[in-house]
Order: sequence, then C-alpha cells, then structure tokens
Amino acid sequence: MKHMSEEELIAYREGVAEQQAVISRHLAACEECRGELDRIEAVLAALDTLPVPEPGADYGRRVWREIAPRLAERSGRWWHVWMEPRRLAAAGVIVTLIVAAFVAGRITRPGKTSDNIANQEQVRERVLVVAVGEHLGHSERMLVELSNATPTGPTEKEVNISAEQRRAEDLLQENRLYRQTALQEGDAGLASVLDELERVLLDVAHSPEEVTPAQLEAIQKKIEGRGILFKVRVVNKELQQRQEATKPAQSDSTERERNKV
Amino acid sequence: MNRMQKSVESTQAILESDAIAVERTLAGDRDAYRVLVERHSHNVFRLAYRMTGNRHDAEEVVQEAFLRGYQKLRQFAARSNFGTWVYRIAANYAIDRMRQRQKEEARREAPRAEDRDGMENDPLNRVPDEAPTPERLTQSMELRKQMEQALAALSDAERTAFVMRHWEGCGIEEIAEVLKSSSNATKNTVFRAVQKLRRALQPFVETGAQARAMGTES
Ligand SMILES: [Zn+2]
Repeated sequence: MKHMSEEELIAYREGVAEQQAVISRHLAACEECRGELDRIEAVLAALDTLPVPEPGADYGRRVWREIAPRLAERSGRWWHVWMEPRRLAAAGVIVTLIVAAFVAGRITRPGKTSDNIANQEQVRERVLVVAVGEHLGHSERMLVELSNATPTGPTEKEVNISAEQRRAEDLLQENRLYRQTALQEGDAGLASVLDELERVLLDVAHSPEEVTPAQLEAIQKKIEGRGILFKVRVVNKELQQRQEATKPAQSDSTERERNKV
Repeated sequence: MNRMQKSVESTQAILESDAIAVERTLAGDRDAYRVLVERHSHNVFRLAYRMTGNRHDAEEVVQEAFLRGYQKLRQFAARSNFGTWVYRIAANYAIDRMRQRQKEEARREAPRAEDRDGMENDPLNRVPDEAPTPERLTQSMELRKQMEQALAALSDAERTAFVMRHWEGCGIEEIAEVLKSSSNATKNTVFRAVQKLRRALQPFVETGAQARAMGTES
C-alpha cells in the first residue's frame, strides 16, 4: 500500500486536499499514516494554545475613538481638499517642491503672480506646509529630548521614556498619513524621509517604558545613525521659509509661534 | 445540531445588520460605521496579532484596516460580508507593513544568511505582551518561545497563509487574493508553513498517542 505523503496529510488536515475522501479512506485502513497525522495534529494543537492577548472588552470602543477623528480628517475640510483627485496634482507639485528644496538645499520661491488661481494654490500650499512643518517640529523636539535623556543618577538602572513613547505613538499616526499621501503621489523623496522618521518613531513607540542605559543608547544610536534629526531640521527649515514666502499680505489670524528650533 | 443552527441564525442576523450599517454609513451616517468597528475589532485584532506577532503592530493594523474600510466602503457595496472584507484589508495591510519593514531592515543591516524576519530579531520591537509569571511552568514557557520563534521564522506569505487558513478558517481563494498568488501556489504555501512549523516544533511536542501511553491523558 502506498502511504500518503506529508503534503497530502497536511492538505487533508487543513481541508485543502484535492482528494479528501481518498485520504480519509486510506487513513481508516492505515495505522502508520494515522500515526503521522497524529504527530502533525499534535504540533498544530500545541500552536493553538499560543495565547492572543485579550485587548479588553472596550477595545472596539477604543478603536473607534482612535479612528473617528481621522475619518473626519480624511473626508472633511482641508484634508478633503488635499485628497480630492483633481487637486492631488496640485498637492503633488507642492510635495515635489518640498523635496526638490530639500535635495537642492534651497527653496525656489514662486514667481510673482496676481491671478486667483495662483492665490488659491498658495493658500492650499500654506495649509500643507503648516501641517507638515508642525509635524516635523514636534517630531524633532521629541527626538531631541530622547537623545538628551540620561539616567537621573549614577545608581539609576532604568530610564523612564514613557512620555516620549506616548508622543511617538501620536506622531506615528500623523506621520503615516503624510507618508501614505506622499507615496500615493509617487513622491519617493518625501516619502523616504517620512519613512525613515516613521522607523525611528516606531522604535521609540515599541521600546519598553523603562529602558536600561544600554537600551537607551541603542535608541539614541539609531537616531544618530540615520541622521534623521538633521534631515528633519533641513526639511522643516525649508518649510518655514516656504511658509514665509506664501504668507498672505493681510494677516487675518493671530500668528502663532511654531516649530522653534 | 441545535447549537449549530442557532449559530447559523445569529451569523445571519449579524450579516443582515452589518449590511444595514454599511448602507447607513454610505448614506452619510458616520455613527453607523461605529457599529461595524465595535463589532469586528476583536476579530481583526486576533488576525493582526497572529500575523504581526506583537500587540503594537496589531493595533496599528486594526486601525488602518477600519480607516481603509471606511474610505473604500463604496467599493464594497455589500458584495460579501463586511467581516470578511475588513479582514482581507487588514491582512493586506499587515503583509505590506511586514514587507516594508524587512526592506528597511535589509537596507540598514548586512544581509543575513538566514531567511529571517528582521523585525522579530530587533529587541526594541519585541514588546512582551505578558510579563512572565513565576507560576508559569518553565516547560510551557520554553514551548511557547519555540512556537513564537517558529512562526516568526516563516516567510510573510507562509505566516499569512497559515494564520488565515488554520486559525481564521479563510478560504484558499481569499488567501490567494491577499497573497496575490494562484490558489495552487497558495495551497502549497499553506503546506510549506505547516511543514516548517512541524520540523521546528515536533521535538518539543508530545503526540496524543505518546501522552496517552504515558497515562497523562485519559
Ligand atoms: Zn499509509
């Protein structure tokens, strides 16, 4: 009697075998194959005991709380403007400009135009520049604080970075949104800077609340190693200049201090 | 039988009320989407956790799946059931995310000899979900560690196929769609996953027959 191969038995077990009935008949008659299946079953049964953490009875509500404001962002107001396909081209130009500015190390000021279309472009651009700029500013501050964190005393074994961690988590959400938009736009340059930033934010968000000096050093090395602070500063600087360049003549809103480096 | 029938009926009821919630969401009632989120979050979390192996990533995958679900809801248009659909979005996102991470890891580090997932090896990414308790048996701890490592050592496609098929009972076609692969190739991926897990874990696992022989099971 020809025995069943391991592949056939696994396929049978997972319910995807071509000939479930044939294998089933063979198993009924063959002790050896039953033994083999038994061993496969045992491994799968062990895997079934792997715990999945219970996220809590209110998990669904928490997910909703997290995403509800972002649903509004994605469908309303300026995000809507940004995401709308016809306008995406315009946003793409802006994003490309930011990247170009970063690469070239200088900003290209828009030519003096007085027509309405150009003004609208500028308003949109301003909104974007402010949003990305604020995000980069916040990220930078968090990273600087983390880079400067030290154990509070020579006897201190662990450093608490829970505050930075929580901020990293919030920043991560924003960053993802910008990165995805940049990706959708095919703006590999900006996406790549945001991608690097996201990796660092993830590292921070993933690290334990209390880290040993060695772990802290590893995080700090990662931040340094990628030169992410430098890149964030350069991009942000360009964004600020760009913001100046596109500032409307009449200031109808109170100027806020932002992104002080 | 009775229990099964009951579960079929309640599944039916959920499908119908999901369909209503989808319609209402599309009609502009954002709170209707909340019903869907609250109803399906746990299931999506379980899938995401099993795919990513850590809680933080799993939670991110859940949020992103529901955000994308909301954006694409018009495309969904009650074709299948919402639970399955959002599942697929989550699986897709989880696999993209894992791949992206590997690329980043590969770029940053010298290529590894082993076909290993970089992210699981990064101590910073290994967030312990439960603190080890003293009463937990060292033996089961060891087995658990071995199982986690064996799962982490699977390729993304293998892990996805295994999780979706074995734990979530998804159809081969559904998995194939996520893997962007043929159904035969997907079956093969399921097989390879189980085979690898078996190779890695069999030495640590007692079979039922062995256990019975030793009188540890009635
Ligand atoms: Zn046989």
